[in-house]
Amino acid sequence: MARIEGMAGETDSQTRLLVRRIVAYVVLCFLVFISLLPFYLLLINATRGKTQSGLKVIPEGLLLRNFRNVFSENFKTNYGSFIRAFGNSIFVSFFTTVLSVYFSALTAYAIHVYDFRLKKPIHTFILIIMMVPTQASAIGLYRMLKGFGLTDSFIPLIIPGIAAPAVYFFMIQYMASALPLEIVEAARMDGCGEYRTFNTIVLPILKPALAVQAIFGFVASWNNLFLPQMLLDKQEMKTIPVLLQMIKANIASNPMTADTGLMNMFMVLAILPVVVVYLLLSKNIVGGVSLGAVKG
Amino acid sequence: MKKGISYAKWGYIFLIPFFVVYFIFSLVPILETFGYSFLDYVVSQGQAASIRNPSGGADNIINNGFCGFKNYADVLKSDGIFTLSFKNTTILWLIGFIPQIIVSLLLASWFTDIRLKLKAQGFFKTVMYMPNVIMASAISLLFFSLFIKNGAIDTMLGHPDMLNNVTGARIVVGLINFLMWYGNTTILLMAAMMGIDTSLYEAAQIDGANPTQVFWQITIPLIKPILAFVIVTSMIGGLQMYDVPYLIGGTAGNPVGVLKTMVSQIQLGKNSSVGAVSALSILIFIVSAILGFITLKLMDDKSVKSMYDKKKQPKKINMATSKK
Repeated sequence: MARIEGMAGETDSQTRLLVRRIVAYVVLCFLVFISLLPFYLLLINATRGKTQSGLKVIPEGLLLRNFRNVFSENFKTNYGSFIRAFGNSIFVSFFTTVLSVYFSALTAYAIHVYDFRLKKPIHTFILIIMMVPTQASAIGLYRMLKGFGLTDSFIPLIIPGIAAPAVYFFMIQYMASALPLEIVEAARMDGCGEYRTFNTIVLPILKPALAVQAIFGFVASWNNLFLPQMLLDKQEMKTIPVLLQMIKANIASNPMTADTGLMNMFMVLAILPVVVVYLLLSKNIVGGVSLGAVKG
Repeated sequence: MKKGISYAKWGYIFLIPFFVVYFIFSLVPILETFGYSFLDYVVSQGQAASIRNPSGGADNIINNGFCGFKNYADVLKSDGIFTLSFKNTTILWLIGFIPQIIVSLLLASWFTDIRLKLKAQGFFKTVMYMPNVIMASAISLLFFSLFIKNGAIDTMLGHPDMLNNVTGARIVVGLINFLMWYGNTTILLMAAMMGIDTSLYEAAQIDGANPTQVFWQITIPLIKPILAFVIVTSMIGGLQMYDVPYLIGGTAGNPVGVLKTMVSQIQLGKNSSVGAVSALSILIFIVSAILGFITLKLMDDKSVKSMYDKKKQPKKINMATSKK
């Protein structure tokens, strides 16, 4: 009797588990659907014409027209050269990333390896400034740069990458587990200079950490709208997000001339580099998320 | 083995680049912002910069000197720019965050459920995290074109013209924020839940606890510190909200200014009411400093620390990252 009851309970909980599993998969599929739908519609709308109304799920044939229009003279006079903006974005993102990854590793190395009196206070200080959003000092930065005539320059976009507390925080966490001090000691025994030790021995050890930070640094810089929009006025200096914002402003003020197909094509090209990087390296990216959860 | 040579100076030398750059590009600007916030300081631009005249005219700076806390009083008035934009930002953050934390808790508990054994987790996580790395301005502009009158989704829903009414526009911004961040939050909460000793779940199962009981009486209490950490860091991120509401509502924060966030006020006032905007910036600084302090305290908690501790992590997720 007891045994039969037990079995009945078993099948009962088995069905309940099955139901829960089905519910879970349905919810997951729904979320996958709404997460991918925007990108699908973006692609579809990039194949459609100037004025678009209503929803279409099958592509039309205007992909090439829209693509050509992004590179046209007309686009250039309205918003500026796409190629130029793309180049600017690549330039800024690349150098910001390189500087931020390299110097954050150097800063973390200084705190991790050397013993000096201010070591602890400096570490705490960097953690504190990690919590202060850059936007809070933006107005002071803008007025200061304007005073020096340094707006419309990439310098204030790139150089601050050297002082990136969040990247520092990650690097020092990584060093605690992956960089034994004995390696540094051994290099010293062999007569290797301190700076050379960092460059030739330590950096290769940090490679995995540098790589993931580089991906995220590049993505963040590529997507950044606030500071470039604030600092860059000159047409030929603008980056991709700033151009995107101008296209939006134009639609809002001038709906008659808006070309929706062109706009969607522009967005496809704007997100393309990041999508490619993400699809190639998604394992590293997703795996790394939880370890650097602090939003700088 | 004590050596004759002291290496301490190298520590200082390697710190120089960081601190020089921090001094010039962060410390001085924040101090200047602090100074401006006590000045009656207004700028009127000679001629606005435009495409044809990119540099614009020279600024006409009107600096009437020290004015005490007048700027703070102004921005904190019931219709002051801080009060309004803080309220807007908070509402937009809540609309995105509440569904996000609910969905993420649910997903994370499913993904880590030892009995449920969901397949293709890697695929789901990859898809759900993807919106987070895509340019926020591009996603927002796309949603703008979908929800605008006669846009694809507007037509599908029967022309509610959501972007032109207050609730509708807020929901669209909240939806974008939800889409961009729920994958991130899910992954963080999963890391927390995977740290829970599975024997606790097994014991609960033997005692006949149902999944709801297990969730509320084991999972939630044990991930509390990380949950708090996720909430506070999301608040810090929320304070900086700019791209999404700006792309949806434009400079005016349409409809009727409800999409104006604190950061968009800085952008708006950079060439006009510098004093007031500086006071607003200092208030943002203070709010984030408080939240930041709480975050640092939470990071001292053991279970939050373990999230960062590479030694306890399996090799596969030995690589990590940080984002803005």
